[in-house]
Amino acid sequence: MRIPLSWLAEYVELPDGATAETVMAELVKVGLEEEGSHSFSLLGPIVVGQVLEFVEEEQSNGKTIRWCQVRVAPVGSKAADGGEDVRGIVCGARNFEINDKVVVTLPGAVLPGDFKIAARSTYGHVSDGMIASARELGISDDHEGILRLSTIGLDPEAGTDALALLHLVDEAAEVNVTPDRGYCFSIRGIAREFSHATGAKFTDPVDKVTPVRGAGFEVQVSDKSPIRGKAGSTKFVVRSASGLDANAQTPAWMVSRLKLSGMRSISIVVDITNYVMLEYGQPIHAYDQAKVSGGLTVRRANAGEKLVTLDGQTRSLHVEDLVIADKSGAIGIAGVMGGQSTEVSATTTAVLIESANFDGVSIARSARRHKLPSEASKRFERGVDPQVAEYAAARVVQLLEELAGAKADALGSFFDASPAVTAVALPATFAESITGVSYTAAEITGTLTAIGCVVSTVQDGYQVIPPSWRPDLSTKADLVEEVARISGYDRIPSRLPVAPPGRGLTKRQKLRRAIINQLASTGHTEVLNYPFLTPAQNSYFAEDNSERVVLANAMQEDVNELRLSILPGLLEAAKRNLSRNLTDLAIYEVGLVFVPSNKVAVSLPSGTKVPSNSELEALHASVPQQPLTLGAVFVGDRLSAQVGSKSVKASYLDAIQCARTAAHAAGVEVYFEQSEVIGFHPGRTAVVKAKHSGTVLGYAGELHPEIAAENDLPRQVAVLEINLDLLIACAPDLIQAAPVHTFPAATQDLSLVLKQSIPAGEVLELLRLSAGELLEEISLVDDYRGNNLADDEKSLTFALRFRASDRTLTQAEASVSRDAAVAAANAKFGATIRT
Amino acid sequence: MSEKIQINQASVDAAVADALKLIEAATDLASLKSIKASAIGEGSKIASFSSVLGKLPAEEKAEAGKLITAARNKLNEAFSSKEADFYKDEQAQKLIAETVDVTAAASTQVLGARHPLSLLQDEISDIFIGMGWEIAEGPEVESEWFNFDALNFDADHPARAMQDTFFVEPVEQHLVLRTHTSPVQVRSLLERDLPVYVLCPGRVFRTDELDATHTPVFHQVEGLAVDNGLTMADLKGTLEHFARIMFGPDAKIRLRPSYFPFTEPSAELDVWHPGAKGGARWVEWGGCGMVNANVLRAAGIDPELYSGFAFGMGIERTLMFRNDVKDMHDMVEADVRFSKQFGMVL
Repeated sequence: MRIPLSWLAEYVELPDGATAETVMAELVKVGLEEEGSHSFSLLGPIVVGQVLEFVEEEQSNGKTIRWCQVRVAPVGSKAADGGEDVRGIVCGARNFEINDKVVVTLPGAVLPGDFKIAARSTYGHVSDGMIASARELGISDDHEGILRLSTIGLDPEAGTDALALLHLVDEAAEVNVTPDRGYCFSIRGIAREFSHATGAKFTDPVDKVTPVRGAGFEVQVSDKSPIRGKAGSTKFVVRSASGLDANAQTPAWMVSRLKLSGMRSISIVVDITNYVMLEYGQPIHAYDQAKVSGGLTVRRANAGEKLVTLDGQTRSLHVEDLVIADKSGAIGIAGVMGGQSTEVSATTTAVLIESANFDGVSIARSARRHKLPSEASKRFERGVDPQVAEYAAARVVQLLEELAGAKADALGSFFDASPAVTAVALPATFAESITGVSYTAAEITGTLTAIGCVVSTVQDGYQVIPPSWRPDLSTKADLVEEVARISGYDRIPSRLPVAPPGRGLTKRQKLRRAIINQLASTGHTEVLNYPFLTPAQNSYFAEDNSERVVLANAMQEDVNELRLSILPGLLEAAKRNLSRNLTDLAIYEVGLVFVPSNKVAVSLPSGTKVPSNSELEALHASVPQQPLTLGAVFVGDRLSAQVGSKSVKASYLDAIQCARTAAHAAGVEVYFEQSEVIGFHPGRTAVVKAKHSGTVLGYAGELHPEIAAENDLPRQVAVLEINLDLLIACAPDLIQAAPVHTFPAATQDLSLVLKQSIPAGEVLELLRLSAGELLEEISLVDDYRGNNLADDEKSLTFALRFRASDRTLTQAEASVSRDAAVAAANAKFGATIRT
Repeated sequence: MSEKIQINQASVDAAVADALKLIEAATDLASLKSIKASAIGEGSKIASFSSVLGKLPAEEKAEAGKLITAARNKLNEAFSSKEADFYKDEQAQKLIAETVDVTAAASTQVLGARHPLSLLQDEISDIFIGMGWEIAEGPEVESEWFNFDALNFDADHPARAMQDTFFVEPVEQHLVLRTHTSPVQVRSLLERDLPVYVLCPGRVFRTDELDATHTPVFHQVEGLAVDNGLTMADLKGTLEHFARIMFGPDAKIRLRPSYFPFTEPSAELDVWHPGAKGGARWVEWGGCGMVNANVLRAAGIDPELYSGFAFGMGIERTLMFRNDVKDMHDMVEADVRFSKQFGMVL
């Protein structure tokens, strides 16, 4: 809401020297957040000039200019810039005559956009200032040449200060109005709030008029299908004014206020209706009386009914749309936009003024349905004071009389079915129990009375009838907010509550954090990506026909799916980094992925009470599974070339190590099996499994080179994806300590010859299981292929460490254990000891 | 023909002098070792004295033995001393030879980094864990009931009309990308026993175009306390404590009246940021208020018996003014340089 200060000052006393900034600083105290200030950004000397004579001169560029002599000060006086009273000025426009009064910006003046005026040489003359258009002054978007003051009914003396004359020294404060305070979309509401903030005297703008009830014009209000039980219209006031001059000029002060309020001046009738809406908060519609056939009916639209709205669009109406109709059918969508057939035009001489109250929900739905958010719908959605309608109608009539030569007549109608305002009980101690401030009874009744409530003291508290303009005040908590707000939030004391002893982070939270930290500590960089993907991106790691969670209103039409895998986002991030010459990457992300639930309709329970167990179950079941997932992507070098060491290219090794590191941080032992999975390199992929349970946790390996190519990545990209919920589920709650034995160990190396197709990991596991309990540690130290071996053979070398808990082990004992392992490997894999 | 060996002071001294000459002449450990036998070992003059000692008459034996022992001691000492000197020199040479340029040290492992938005969530969580609160989490794709209905958003609230909210197909399933972490508060109230003191950090979604200060995907942290007798004073005290830990002991907070469907009274929260770049100032930080009675009712809590407060703030915004991040793009583009400047700390 923008508030021109001159307008505000009409209804509440502003301190001397008040500016938009100081006004906003006061309003913020009562909950109206500052948004900014607006002004015409004009700096004088800008004066009234009178064109004394001009010569038209054709230029080589085909343009004709006028070389004008303009009086800018009374005869013999100095002009506002200290210069001569008559100036030579070059003017490109030709829409004026000798003796016309115009606006002259003299050297030293500044126009919007920091456009500084100076005497300058142009078209063979020194132009000593500029004759301004309405557009250059920021009053309108009018392109039609320069502003002739006679066209707006002004004939001041040359030299008069044009800024004051045109009311261009005003400025506006802009504040953000929260949805509960619709009444602040008016000068009336803001003035009242300013008075609350400062204690300055408030004069209600409605006091300017005395409403008169018109009669004889037939209005039917007939809502056969109220939305959510609320009638579409509870108040409908019609007044008539005739004999008006629809071509009357809107006075400069009104143009200025409208402009500062963010509205264009259109015509006298439209300007007045807008002006009254801004002043009183009541949206108004004016019909050309001659174009309305019969009386008016307020009803829901009929199926298939159409309407051409003021913007020339043909609207197909919905049966929920509340319309205003005459004999011809719908002539407007109530509270949203009027129809073209009854529009006020230059030939209009009599108008019907509609000042009505419509149900906010109905208006909001229509405005959204027809994509017609308007100043009117904005106000109805947030609630308009039902009692202001007749005052607003009277104010419109008053201004039509004053400014457009109209005469009020007795024709009109008055319908009022406004529900009675219900009283709210406020227990005496309730305000203190919510705010912690012990307000006195006088403070409570005083603040509530100040905002317009009628307060009566009853046993144990107060009975409060909120004012008609505050439909938001319906509970005792609403009243407490008013008391706290008006007396100031700074009165609320500070007290740190003591929570009951907490349990700290949950296991899931701790392990998640441990994993994220551990990865960062081992050379991985955490990034965060949007979860939005194209269908094609989601298909990198899932079948094309797999179900996905799809957005109904994605910001980019083709990026409308939620990720099934965390990897596509990381690939995109890698691509972006590469494009910035960051070529060596080890990035990871921990976040949710989205597994679709059954796509079925769900009826939502009421939000006013706790749902039943079955309702809650249905709600929970409707929400997709969203497992916490770790993804990592490695591109380029894992270690770059340095003094004394060559670069190490990132590969499946890094993905597998990353899996080990993450699992280690969670206390889970994992193992890897050769595997294939969609999106991964078929020969370089391991499935990651949890030891003991064998739970599949995810995959580590290299990206399928085709996907790498599609993403403009190098051929070799290592990738890892692990379901952390599954990993954490495998994490031990408690580690049982084993004794640390200190007798000397016996170490042995073992080289086995096997077929190359046999996975080393399986051989190692078999050796571990078969070597008996003396085996303390086993690791694979070499995989040899070549000389002395058959083409399809390899030699795997293992280092084994044996230890007994109660004695020094001899090599002979160790050998017995080792031989048992070899026998098992021979039986299962045909392995033989390499000699 | 062997000379007759005389063992007397003069002959012993001469033998010692000869041996010392040999020892002195050695230039390094190797040459010292090479003369060891001839100077003090089997082939030395002193050794030959020892070999005849046994043949001496008893009356001369004691005197000669003394002379020989003294000589041996002297020579051994000279040899050892020389050997120690050479060893020391040699070790010194070795260390010099082993010298490397430590300033050219290669990295054996690259350094990683955490994303500051995730770090900041942890940091804030720890502050509240320290106050006995617990951390609650919930789904990002959420039922409208938890995101709106239970939070006193009317069915016709503008946020529910595809303006700010991402909806999931089919819309009849009433799933949205949560627009705030408040649905986690509702879930907490439904699942936990009272009193409840929970902090809900997490990712939220609104249909804002990405620019310098907006992003459709961002992070929030919300707090909720429901207990007997909680007032706005408790809210203020909690926020003040939080602000002081986040921004230093001089930080303070200010509440301004505002409106949210799920709180009444509601307030905007400003924080006095003593460490702000360009000087201490008030910064808009978040929103807060007393939990609306309707929200308590939707969670099956009697608002006549319990009251609560809630607050929330944006993590991105907090990081922006706390760490002087100037552009939202830096936080969402996954450029590794952004995370790396933070490393493991904020």
